[in-house]
Amino acid sequence: MATNNNYITELVDKHGRARTSLMPILQGVIEKNNFISDQDMTEIAMELDLSPAQVYGTATFYSFLETQPRGKYVIRVCKTITCDMHGKRTVVQTIEDMLKIKVGETSPNKKFTLLETNCLGWCHEGPAMLINEKPFSGLTPEKVHDIISEYMHK
Amino acid sequence: MSDTKLKRVDLIFGEYSNVKYKVLADTLKRTNEEILEDLLESGLRGRGGAGFPTAMKWKFTAQTPGEEKYVICNADEGEPGTFKDREILSRVPRKVFSGMAICGKVIGAKQGFIYLRGEYKFLLPELIKELDGYNEFAKSIGLDFPIGIRLGSGAYICGEESALFESMEGKRGEPRNKPPYPTTSGYLGKPTVINNVETFVNVLMIMRLGSTQFKLLGTSDSRGSKVFSVSGDTPIPGIYELELGMPLDRFVDEFGDGDTKAVQVGGASGFCVPRKKFKDTVIGFEGVPTGGSMMLFNSSRSMYNVLHNYLEFFEEESCGQCTPCRVGCQQLRKGIEAVKKSEKKSLYLDQLLKLSESMKLTAKCGLGQSVANSFSSIVNNFKEEMIY
Repeated sequence: MATNNNYITELVDKHGRARTSLMPILQGVIEKNNFISDQDMTEIAMELDLSPAQVYGTATFYSFLETQPRGKYVIRVCKTITCDMHGKRTVVQTIEDMLKIKVGETSPNKKFTLLETNCLGWCHEGPAMLINEKPFSGLTPEKVHDIISEYMHK
Repeated sequence: MSDTKLKRVDLIFGEYSNVKYKVLADTLKRTNEEILEDLLESGLRGRGGAGFPTAMKWKFTAQTPGEEKYVICNADEGEPGTFKDREILSRVPRKVFSGMAICGKVIGAKQGFIYLRGEYKFLLPELIKELDGYNEFAKSIGLDFPIGIRLGSGAYICGEESALFESMEGKRGEPRNKPPYPTTSGYLGKPTVINNVETFVNVLMIMRLGSTQFKLLGTSDSRGSKVFSVSGDTPIPGIYELELGMPLDRFVDEFGDGDTKAVQVGGASGFCVPRKKFKDTVIGFEGVPTGGSMMLFNSSRSMYNVLHNYLEFFEEESCGQCTPCRVGCQQLRKGIEAVKKSEKKSLYLDQLLKLSESMKLTAKCGLGQSVANSFSSIVNNFKEEMIY
């Protein structure tokens, strides 16, 4: 069966066909599509001569390797203790109100997904969040409002 | 700054030498025996939290026969309250590469990797630029030790060394049985040295200053300085390089907000020290060890909420491979919820403490084994907060 997705071929050519390349390939798919589809996993398995179950097993282990459709911008708000103590809830509330989605949901226009995540390593400047890979710290409802507004207009 | 304050140290983040990679180039001219002797003499213990003597780790790996060996820098910094490795990698990455290259020489490895947590992906562009510089330099002096970067994808457990190898091999990040240890069978089953980011920088500092001067810092059990990540209820959160072996009460005097009720030393997997024990607690391997995480809580905080937050963290981050950890974390969380809601009598906490002790004895890796640290230290010291 021929590969249908050019980006899989490109990623495999770039990283190689060894099992050690699996993580970089899966991360590459996320960078491109924000999630890894069943078809992606089957194709990667064929390219790397693995069973689809092995690829699925790896992909579903990692919280950043999403296997269901996500928005263009994935917002991950840190919920670990110091961010929680310093106002994480109001941050989440602000985002929920602005985007009209709850934690775990994706906006109807597929632009945003809102998630909570474990410690992001910004404990001294909490609350913190990631939008895709970009970190934002020292958040207040006002600051979050400005950041999300900016992304809404992107 | 008054002299009652804790002594600040400026080793880790100190300026680079004038000539690029000078300390590395000088060290490469020394014999492996000399380098190991210096490291042993320095008393350096790993800075990730477990505190294994670095010289021994390197020596064991050097002694293991094999053509193919690896040096891996563990930058999967996921412990709640820790953010020092991000700071080190963004401010003094060359020191990390140099420490790795020295290790490569000593153990006979021809390849190094940095395993960077996915949450720090934003560091990549700068880090790759610096790494290109290093790789060019290595080539120019005929050093056959390139360093590459691998990214994690949001799994705390991958900071456990054998889970990290599994992840690099493209598998689920599930810890392996030990032994064999990485010194004989690590990445791809080959002898591997895996050290924390800060440990590699410490090695370079010892090579620059000599073990005698390094030993002037700290105590006999805890040599040198340590980068602390200070957060929580403190007016001055941030990164501080301090001597090891300091008493906790002095730390609280300096970093607390005047109302500190407890300090969580070593993150969610570390120990909670209540106010009445500040005076008798030493921060270091002879007392309470830490990978650098120091979280302060004042009297407005509910220690029940703190523990509940940690347990949720462990429940989500447990890889699920072994039953004690997978089920234990859930049951501990459900158990304290039941006590709080008076669905269970307060004596039930004793059952939960026994469960956490069982996890310590039977869980496969450090994650499940260390849940009992925070669980028992919070439950025993703040029992009334768990119940009412």
